[in-house]
Amino acid sequence: MTDVASRIAANRGAIVRNQAFWGVIAIVLLLAINVIKDPGYLAIGYNDETGHLSGNLIDILRASAPILMIAVGMCLVVATSGIDLSVGSIMVVAGAVSMELLRGMDGTAGNAALTLAIALGIATALGAVNGILVSVVGLQPFISTLVMMLAGRGIAKVITGGQNTTADNDSFAWLANGYVVGIPVVFLLSMAIVALVWVLVRRSALGLMLEAIGMDSRASRLAGVKRRSLQLTVYSASGLLAGVAGVFATASVMTVDVSRTGYQLELDAILAVVIGGTSLAGGKFSIGGAVIGGLLIATLDKTVVFLGVPASATPAFKAIVIVVLCLLQSERVRNLFRNRRALRAQSQKEVVPA
Amino acid sequence: MTGAPPIVEMKDISISFPGVKALDEVDFRLFPGEVHTLMGENGAGKSTLIKALTGVYKIDSGEILVDGEERRFGGTADAQAAGIATVYQEVNLCSNLSIGENVMLGHEVRGPFGINWKATHRAAAEVLSTLGLDHLDLRRPLSTLSLAVQQLVAISRAMITKPKVLILDEPTSSLDANEVANLFTVIRRLRGQGVAILFVTHFLDQVYMISDRITVLRNGAFVGEYPTRELDRTTLISKMIGKDFATLRSLGSERQSHHYEPRGEPLLRAEDLGRKGSTEPTDLELHQGEVLGLAGLLGSGRTELARLLYGADRPDSGTVWLRGKKTDIHNPTSALGHRIAFSSENRRDEGIIRDLTVRENLVLAVQAKRGWFRPLTRKEQDALTRKYLTELNVRPADPERPIKFLSGGNQQKVLLGRWLATEPDLLILDEPTRGIDVGAKAEIQAAVAALAAKGVAVVFISSELEEVVRLSDRIIVMKDHRKLAELENGPHVTAETIVAVIADEGDDEEGDTE
Repeated sequence: MTDVASRIAANRGAIVRNQAFWGVIAIVLLLAINVIKDPGYLAIGYNDETGHLSGNLIDILRASAPILMIAVGMCLVVATSGIDLSVGSIMVVAGAVSMELLRGMDGTAGNAALTLAIALGIATALGAVNGILVSVVGLQPFISTLVMMLAGRGIAKVITGGQNTTADNDSFAWLANGYVVGIPVVFLLSMAIVALVWVLVRRSALGLMLEAIGMDSRASRLAGVKRRSLQLTVYSASGLLAGVAGVFATASVMTVDVSRTGYQLELDAILAVVIGGTSLAGGKFSIGGAVIGGLLIATLDKTVVFLGVPASATPAFKAIVIVVLCLLQSERVRNLFRNRRALRAQSQKEVVPA
Repeated sequence: MTGAPPIVEMKDISISFPGVKALDEVDFRLFPGEVHTLMGENGAGKSTLIKALTGVYKIDSGEILVDGEERRFGGTADAQAAGIATVYQEVNLCSNLSIGENVMLGHEVRGPFGINWKATHRAAAEVLSTLGLDHLDLRRPLSTLSLAVQQLVAISRAMITKPKVLILDEPTSSLDANEVANLFTVIRRLRGQGVAILFVTHFLDQVYMISDRITVLRNGAFVGEYPTRELDRTTLISKMIGKDFATLRSLGSERQSHHYEPRGEPLLRAEDLGRKGSTEPTDLELHQGEVLGLAGLLGSGRTELARLLYGADRPDSGTVWLRGKKTDIHNPTSALGHRIAFSSENRRDEGIIRDLTVRENLVLAVQAKRGWFRPLTRKEQDALTRKYLTELNVRPADPERPIKFLSGGNQQKVLLGRWLATEPDLLILDEPTRGIDVGAKAEIQAAVAALAAKGVAVVFISSELEEVVRLSDRIIVMKDHRKLAELENGPHVTAETIVAVIADEGDDEEGDTE
């Protein structure tokens, strides 16, 4: 039986393409449903005065930015056969730090940059703590980052005194709400960061090393791969990217909601990674797939609102869409059906002569 | 035996995988009440043939007759329903379940209130007793049994369905001589009951001990089917590898006669190198261009000593001088930096990375040594891969194939290539030839000899004493985690010499206590 599995794995390249393909199909289907409800859904408006593009598609791109950030970070962590449950909480910490700092400062661009640096620094440090717990102390990634997930939201509440903090800084808000050549800055930034990570991982040997660790950490160690420092790097990177996501999420409304910002977004990130065709068992990973997964989640979120699904039913609706998608993607499920059909056909054949 | 029609007959079986013809018009017959051995090098198509029979692989052309009826199975379970049971090389049991549960898993006896455990255990006991295992306590966890007995339990499990055909894929690779004898008693008993047994092994001795008939495959093609009595060993080996065995043999004798006298400063000198619980403090010297053999029984501490030299385990005593300079080797990364490479005995878990391609596996250590921020270009990777695939004669020479699809011997050659690519001054090979066929073995031994000739110091560990004697300039004999003796190799040294050293030492100890 393991041979069947290994043969499936052999075609993994093809399947990965396939899985991302299913993600694209799902996005198209969701958009199609929206078009059926409102034929003008896909229309992109152009504002002559400001030069901004507008429309539902642009909204989806804007909303996808934070998810893309944490999905890419998660993708790297998952490749090493780890998991990072703390990304949502690191988002709220970065948001809380930004808002608290900006509240007491003038609204200058310099202050915005300073705030950004401090918020991202703290997010990276929290990620590094995850990394140390996993690589040096040797705790399970699940437990280490679960602890950080609980602690992070607590830290955010302490920073803001449990209040939702609001601040004013136009430069900071521009990160989330501004436009460059008509396209939201936040989406351009997120794509640039994704591209940067991709180049860093795939143009260097980092990708190979991460996959090697995820597939077989003992063999990699004996081959001289530095597991500890790579794990530390990956968790820190995930923290940093979660920090960026936190800044994006809070800058758009210039408010941090300590109980809602980034809440349960770690689950969205994990889903995006899985939809993109990266196995949670680690090893081969696909950043492009994670991006498609992230876009799908953002589309799904917008669709739920657009269709007017009652708020209480939203999680269930989301779950159904994702389960169906995962089943469609699963080679094993398809094989199962195929084998069952074959078996049934054969057992009928056997019964007839008897 | 000869009168009965064959229970399994496979005719003109062909299977292609992308890029290779795995089986090319292979014939195979299996009669009731015989032990039939399938022989061939790694990659000859033995496993493929078995999987074709059990339906794990679909055949492209050919005919499979079971009991005279044409059949195509959909998988192992399907084949088992038709009376063909398979026991694989690695024991596929659940070590946390009890012995009885393991035997009956999936065949539990059910009553009106779910599983009737009493009846289930009774059925398990029955099967176990037919294999001479009545002494086992069914309720103890499987993990309390030795690997050998687990193997027998796995066979019992296969016998639950009362198969007419039993396929044993390398059941003896992890067993010692006594355990093999036990297994063979069981196999003979089953043969007596009329079960047809298909047996795959790399051990020639065992073939001659147990089998009635041999089918030889080479490179996916059928070479011939012979009664074991009519085929002597040398002919069998020549048929398997397709070249003259004498040329291989000459390699060993050349090596032994050349005998290298170490000169000058040693490449590596260790004093009191040890680690609590694994290696007693040991002194060691290694010179450029020499092969140092580490001999000893399983568990004598050979592997542990090698791991200390590589920093795979951290030594807690002793000093190491490398090229005359005191050096601290505390992890594999630092060892590679000092041009030391180590190939683990555990190829599956500590050697290959299954899901990576041959190329990725081969360049991994070089890349790790350079650091991830200085990637090898694709061109450099391809050049390295091509070089070592050719040099070590890896088949198939397809760099983009995931390594798990290569046979054991070829995986080992790729690993050897991985370490050679780091251009080591000291290469430690722990059981590089275990579980691989004669042809690949000879090629790896030739590669070791060639390395030593180029000035690399090699530490060679093997359970096969003949192999150690054939290759080494000096031999360190180990026992109970310490160095027992150091022998200069020469024409007077044989495997028996080493055995005598190990045995004598035991006698001395007994002498001391008197």
